[in-house]
Amino acid sequence: MAAKSYSNPIVKWIEYRLPIFSFLDHELNEYPTPKNLNYWWNFGSLAGIVLVIMIATGIVLAMSYTPHVDYAFESVERIMRDVNYGWLLRYIHMNGGSMFFIIVYIHLFRGMYYGSYKAPRELLWIIGVVILLAMMATAFMGYVLPWGQMSFWAATVITNLFSAVPLIGESIVTWLWGGFSVDNPTLNRFFSLHYLLPFVIFALVFVHLWALHVHKSNNPTGVDIMGPQDTIPFHPYYTIKDMFGLGVFMIVFMFFVFFAPNFFGEPDNYIKADPLVTPTHIVPEWYFLPYYAILRAITFNIWFIPAKLIGVVAMFGSILILLLLPWLDRSKVRSATFRPVYKQVFWVFVVDCFILGWVGANTPDAEFHGLKMLWIGQAATFYYFFHIIILIPLISVLETPKPLPDSISQAVTPGGAS
Amino acid sequence: MTRTRKRLALALAVALAAGLGAGAATASEGAELPKQHWSFDGLFGTYDRAAAQRGFMVYNTVCAACHGLSLVAYRNLAGVGFKDDEIKAIAAAKEVQDGPNDQGEMFARPGRPSDRFAKPFANDNAARAANNGALPPDLSLITKARKGSADYLYALLTGYKDAPADMKMMEGMNYNAVFPGNQIAMVAPLAEGAVEYADGTKPTVPQMARDVATFLTWAAEPEMEERKRMGVKVLLFLIVLTAMLYALKRQIWKDLH
Repeated sequence: MAAKSYSNPIVKWIEYRLPIFSFLDHELNEYPTPKNLNYWWNFGSLAGIVLVIMIATGIVLAMSYTPHVDYAFESVERIMRDVNYGWLLRYIHMNGGSMFFIIVYIHLFRGMYYGSYKAPRELLWIIGVVILLAMMATAFMGYVLPWGQMSFWAATVITNLFSAVPLIGESIVTWLWGGFSVDNPTLNRFFSLHYLLPFVIFALVFVHLWALHVHKSNNPTGVDIMGPQDTIPFHPYYTIKDMFGLGVFMIVFMFFVFFAPNFFGEPDNYIKADPLVTPTHIVPEWYFLPYYAILRAITFNIWFIPAKLIGVVAMFGSILILLLLPWLDRSKVRSATFRPVYKQVFWVFVVDCFILGWVGANTPDAEFHGLKMLWIGQAATFYYFFHIIILIPLISVLETPKPLPDSISQAVTPGGAS
Repeated sequence: MTRTRKRLALALAVALAAGLGAGAATASEGAELPKQHWSFDGLFGTYDRAAAQRGFMVYNTVCAACHGLSLVAYRNLAGVGFKDDEIKAIAAAKEVQDGPNDQGEMFARPGRPSDRFAKPFANDNAARAANNGALPPDLSLITKARKGSADYLYALLTGYKDAPADMKMMEGMNYNAVFPGNQIAMVAPLAEGAVEYADGTKPTVPQMARDVATFLTWAAEPEMEERKRMGVKVLLFLIVLTAMLYALKRQIWKDLH
């Protein structure tokens, strides 16, 4: 980082004491980025922007929201009806949650396809998984706040999962609730934590970016950056590309906000929470459906371990196992472009995740052409873990990768490197 | 390279569509609801003011005896085109409990435009006691709280039929073709000529069902017209902006490789 000289005396004064201008210049302006990133690399910055949108709308919504079982539902309706543009803020926040997960899931699959989790980016990947977990906790607690029927019953079902913990399970649940059922203390603490966690995510994102900027972005070839001929400065090339991607994303996002604001929601959540009336069909938000399917797939005890405990472990395990991905995959080749076998099973895995989501949206007894949903869910759950624990390590050892390009520029320039 | 990229994009788009389709499929379980044509459908939909006002009349004369509309205030009726003096008259016809006054007494007074719709029962227990144990739900959000929204409401209100001979009806329950389980506590609320429309429209059961479904959709989403109007502007702006950003991106990237 060559020390730049600034002509503005104020900038100079600050820069001498806190080199923030050269830092920004280095990390956002001249920051060398592989020249061959495709549009799948847009989703990282998009996720960051959606996080900011969520925090901004959330802070304003909190000004008019009342975290009390008697008033929460009505206060949300007050936001919808009486607060100036309250409906707009709430619909942005509500659909923003769904958009955030769509973006992050694409971001995650992109990392899996192009091997972005491999050395030296293991920590970058692990921080990403931790961000996903924090997002899920935030989203779950946020969904409870409007205090509709699904809010209440989803909270009841999910917190009850902890009762599967041997010996101390029941005590943990009572401690989480702050009482003997989901009630006012639960709503209060969920509101508090829902406000806190996004700032934790923000800090995690900062660390995620820090780790990213050490070894720079991976790229579609998966080949390391060899020198300046392989990179272009972040600004203006990727700032404009990200801006264009943001434009496309905003068109989709705003379509839902203005024309189908309740598309991702459940009608039951417009009924005020009633502890005495259980909805016929309790479903979580769509982004949790695959995990819900995994949880419900385990209907059998193994030895003395009860099915419920195994289900809970499998559900949390389905995400935690991603932490091990950098070590389960032993192939030195990052990009699936050069891994003919892995590339095929990657898509099978993506389809498997969608099947899990579809199973999660249905009751276990429902049938699909004579097949019980439960069986489909069990098969899909088996494949999920089989893919990560068995297929990925096995393929990474047995597969013969295609020859890699010598460098990024050789891959993108028809005539080879300059 | 580009072919793989395109295939990747296509596969993900298909997968995403399949996922969303699955979500939509789960939303449509239960009885088939015939899709009605509504004035508020589509990107430019608005509430048919005359239908909504007739619907208010149906609500006010029929539904309001048992069903509250607690999230809506009389002043909000301006949203379906009622004039200020009409709203004052509608509100004043209701008795509202207020207080305590400076003697510490609660008292009744005529409603004002700023009051929320008067509740038919003092509390849920009173409502159940008057309705054979069933609780008539508040209708403020009913179209948002039911799969099928206005279509469901229309189908429900026109769905009262004689129970099939082999069906055992529970005491005090009525057969309805679209209600989950087909046994509903509510007696068929609409009968030909239940209200007299000021505009001369013939008050048939399907007509009243359509009108009240329009009114209650407005009650649930009073912001819809403003939302859609703003949405059209926002999307047009974003499409132009994004096209310009794309042109700029092409321009900036032109000299690379």
